[in-house]
Amino acid sequence: MLELTVYGIILGSIIALGAIGITLIAHISRMFDFAYGDKMTAGAYIALLVSTLFSMGGLLQGKVGPFSFNWGLMVAFIPAILITAGLSILFNRWVYEPLRRRGAIPILFAMVSMGIAFALRGLIYILWGADYHFYSPSVRPMIFLPLGIKLRTDEVFIMVVAWALVALIYLFLTRVKMGKALRAVADNPDLARIAGISTERMIVWTEGIAGALAAVGGVLYGIETQLRPEMGWLFLLPLFAAAILGSLGSIRGALVGGLVMGIAQQVSTAWLLPTYKPAVAFIIMVLVLLFRPQGIFGRR
Amino acid sequence: MTILGVEDVVSGYGSMEVLHGLSLKVEEGQVVCLLGPNGAGKTTLLRTIFGILRPWKGKIYFKGEDISGFPPERLVRMGMAYVPQEYNIFPSLTVQENLEMGAFIREDDIGPRMEEVYELFPDLADRRKSRAGELSGGMRQMLAIGRALMLNPELLLLDEISTGLAPFLVDAIFERIEQLNEQGVTVFLVEQNAPKALQSSDRAYILEGGEKKAEGSAQEIAEDEEIGRLYLGR
Amino acid sequence: MGIDIGGILSFLASFAIMAAIYAIFSMGLNVQWGYTGLVNFGIAGFFCIGAYTSALVTTPLPTGVLADYVDQAIGLNQPFLVGVLAAAITSGLWAALIGLLTLRLRADYLAISTIGLAETLRLFFNNEPWLANGPEGLVGLPKPLYGLVPPQYYNYLYLAIVLAFLALIYIAIERGIRSPWGRVLRAMREDEVMTSANGKNVFLFKLQSLVVGAMIMGIGGALYAHYSAAVQPSLFTPMFGTFIIWAMLSLGGTGNNKGAILGGFVVWAIWSWSTFLIRNVVPAGFQTRAPYIRYILIGLLLVIIMLRRPKGLIGEERQVSRF
Ligand SMILES: Nc1ncnc2c1ncn2[C@@H]1O[C@H](COP(=O)(O)OP(=O)(O)OP(=O)(O)O)[C@@H](O)[C@H]1O
Ligand SMILES: [Mg+2]
Repeated sequence: MLELTVYGIILGSIIALGAIGITLIAHISRMFDFAYGDKMTAGAYIALLVSTLFSMGGLLQGKVGPFSFNWGLMVAFIPAILITAGLSILFNRWVYEPLRRRGAIPILFAMVSMGIAFALRGLIYILWGADYHFYSPSVRPMIFLPLGIKLRTDEVFIMVVAWALVALIYLFLTRVKMGKALRAVADNPDLARIAGISTERMIVWTEGIAGALAAVGGVLYGIETQLRPEMGWLFLLPLFAAAILGSLGSIRGALVGGLVMGIAQQVSTAWLLPTYKPAVAFIIMVLVLLFRPQGIFGRR
Repeated sequence: MTILGVEDVVSGYGSMEVLHGLSLKVEEGQVVCLLGPNGAGKTTLLRTIFGILRPWKGKIYFKGEDISGFPPERLVRMGMAYVPQEYNIFPSLTVQENLEMGAFIREDDIGPRMEEVYELFPDLADRRKSRAGELSGGMRQMLAIGRALMLNPELLLLDEISTGLAPFLVDAIFERIEQLNEQGVTVFLVEQNAPKALQSSDRAYILEGGEKKAEGSAQEIAEDEEIGRLYLGR
Repeated sequence: MGIDIGGILSFLASFAIMAAIYAIFSMGLNVQWGYTGLVNFGIAGFFCIGAYTSALVTTPLPTGVLADYVDQAIGLNQPFLVGVLAAAITSGLWAALIGLLTLRLRADYLAISTIGLAETLRLFFNNEPWLANGPEGLVGLPKPLYGLVPPQYYNYLYLAIVLAFLALIYIAIERGIRSPWGRVLRAMREDEVMTSANGKNVFLFKLQSLVVGAMIMGIGGALYAHYSAAVQPSLFTPMFGTFIIWAMLSLGGTGNNKGAILGGFVVWAIWSWSTFLIRNVVPAGFQTRAPYIRYILIGLLLVIIMLRRPKGLIGEERQVSRF
């Protein structure tokens, strides 16, 4: 059980990253982004592509410290982040911004994001096929912690990266002018406009940041498990569940929501088949909607 | 010199016309107030001036330039600031962050200006790190004005900032407005509290049903019994 | 060189059966989205419930040798129409449950919850073999009126049955939408605040619309199950079970039943045609990946419709009563 909880925290860290992205988009772009999961998938596969290119060129093949993957993958984070963030910004420019200009009703954005989700997934299926892929064929080294807990070294890496990013986002939002402006827009978009803050510009920032978070989340998830075209889609339900649990408002809420969701999913495997994990997330979400629709951290 | 000119402005929401061809002027260095009953269109006028609504017809001038339809982002840069009637702070940001957001478009050091604003509203200085949403009503209005002052505006538009406040707070707010005016800020304020507003103003306009019903020096308006009876509920 | 008229006709019949079943789903979605503005991203869930309900209601419990291979918790051995009715009812009940939970919240919550239900059901039927035989699913669903015509003509008969359902549902919706009930729905979609100020209970109307739409989807699921005579969890994917139907309704014309039907036929034609192309034109090495081009096509189709032609091909019919 303790071990499952630890695994839950690892999974929860990845979920938390995504839930923060979803929360930012929900609050600043004011939409539910159903393409978020597939953006994660895209990030994961872009990293796969780049690291495959490195290995074809025989570059950066040295293993990173005690981890299972090589330096090629480490470097591949960068293009994965840049391209996924760029795609998010482009989708915003081509699709969401015109819709906003037209004054489309909020739910249309969700619908359109669903269209983007399928298009992205189709592209990934076509380029890489439906088979599983791995970043590294080598065995995954383990470490043994007290109390009989076995961890992969990779999982330590995942935790460190995820938490460092969460801390970075937090600092950005509370210390950097642009981050504060994002919060201002989330708080009161009309007043932000009156203060001379351009909402559209803030949305571009949000899409970029959320896209980058999606890419990192996707690669981390790929390191933890394996790459499949449906990986992000299956992740979407826990992401939304975590964001809603965290009241869709605060970064803190998304963080706690993500951890709760991760732990609940892993611990549930003590009784349920692991394939039920998305269902567990769904049930928790339903319970939250039932008893505290404003989320745990909601004020209203 | 006229800093703000509104000429035959028609404006409204959707297909509902609220302002039916309104003209008025604000001279530089003055405090001008706009009075009128609920639903007269006062807020609508301010929104139209500040580019949140587009005038359907007519023109708006600021410092001699035609600004009709300019977005708020642009007006802010030109030296106009607006404190809306409601929702005029960022509740989950701290007091300090609210002020920073007021100076969002400035790239240089805003520290000195922030200290000036804190000097004007010393109570705010004590609560720099508090979340704005936790402030009392009076403090919120101070913060809302402080935010608008961060860019050293030449013209300040205030929408019913004293409504709902205790009398001693109303006095404090109007004191600040006069103080600001002495520092050279032109103020165009919308008020329900006619006596108080007229005391602090140089000129006044009366608006009802989207039309101008009277204008004159604040003193004339204050002393006119007919106007008092018809529009100011005296 | 003779043209195989019989072959073409039989191909057309099976095409039309599927297109008509999809047109029924599309009309169900039209009740929810087109007339009421409710976003159901989990049509596959109601599709699944309808199909499985009818399967469990109309098949007998396995006996003899079969019982060794097929697990099935329920097998009521009832006629086809009872199965369809049961499908509509269970589907409606699930919709009511979801609606009670989410319809008071902002619209996106319904979208997420319906996805959640659809995915959960798919997992459930997959992982619980005692209920309906797990991933293999159930086979041998009865074909209504089988034996009335020679087997090679049965498809024409089934087409007639499906078209009869299509017509009934079409008439029922058209009647409903022109009734006072329908007027409230449409008024609500235009302006929720006004309608609720008018004293109508917005929540209740939304719930009714969600349930009615889901019942229609349940019927569609049952019709599909009896046509293919088999159900298995892998059918009810987000693409095949949900998204393609959104493309149909959006293309045909949101808020217009004729559009919903037209969209069903057009998109299904594109889908089957692309299947044909992929089978016969695409090089062998690419065969397994090529079908996913349709994900891109349908995804982009939806985005482009929403951006360029939000009203679809036909557009919403004006519902003012004619004199
Ligand atoms: N966002 C809006 N959409 C539609 N109509 C509005 C909107 N805001 C105000 N109105 C209408 O416009 C008219 C003028 O409103 P406005 O807010 O300008 O009045 P006001 O003089 O500021 O009143 P108050 O003293 O109550 O603030 C009113 O009839 C009001 O109902
Ligand atoms: Mg007002």
